[in-house]
Amino acid sequence: MVAQNVAFWIIAAAMLYAGLRVVTTRNVVHAALYLVVVLAGAAALFLLLGSEFVGITQVLIYIGAVIVLFLFGIMLTRAPMGKEKELDHPRKLPALLAALIVGGVTIYSVLDYFGAERLPRESRTTTREVADSIFSEYIIAFEAVSVLLLAALIGAIVVARKE
Amino acid sequence: MYVSQFAVLAAVLFAIGVYGILVRRNGILVLMSVELILNSVNINLVAFGALRDTISGEVFALFVITVAAAEVGVGLAIVLMIYRNRRSVDLSQMDLMKG
Repeated sequence: MVAQNVAFWIIAAAMLYAGLRVVTTRNVVHAALYLVVVLAGAAALFLLLGSEFVGITQVLIYIGAVIVLFLFGIMLTRAPMGKEKELDHPRKLPALLAALIVGGVTIYSVLDYFGAERLPRESRTTTREVADSIFSEYIIAFEAVSVLLLAALIGAIVVARKE
Repeated sequence: MYVSQFAVLAAVLFAIGVYGILVRRNGILVLMSVELILNSVNINLVAFGALRDTISGEVFALFVITVAAAEVGVGLAIVLMIYRNRRSVDLSQMDLMKG
């Protein structure tokens, strides 16, 4: 239990630092690379919670595919590789206020309601259970997501192709 | 481990993502902030699934990951289209529909 807690706090600190850097760094490529740290931290948290399949999927899809897409997007829009001044709005205070209010209210309500609830010690789920659930209970949602992926694929091609 | 550890971490990441969406002017950086938010939601889903000892949280996290991948594909296509038409991905210049 102690080891899990130590691991959690290390991962959490890395994720928070990298998340802050994603929204504050002046370099677009660095933002994408800091996003990798956040996503890998989330994958580690999933493994810590005993959800092996979600953790592996996170690494495969997010770090393997989404980040590469982002880097392609940065390359194709010729975003400056070095530092750039005009990456942020000049008025940051209202945005900071909104973020603080959202975070504050969420944290308060979570602590108020779940403050002392402990996670069960052994909460491991196997890939077999996930597959059983997807292909029985959630089969309709699964089919809907398949159609959504097809629609997104066609939509992306139609939007991005040259006339 | 307490479940609130995970929930508070997710809330802070969510707030960071909200700040990023509001403050960034580059379209790709805004999409990255959206990914931060979706990830914080996934952490919540898996943590509460573990708390209630149900598999539904994980299954929904998988669906969220899928939808996020589709969203990034379409979103980047739109950003590329904007770049092709305007030679810039600066969102503060996108005021065509401003009243």
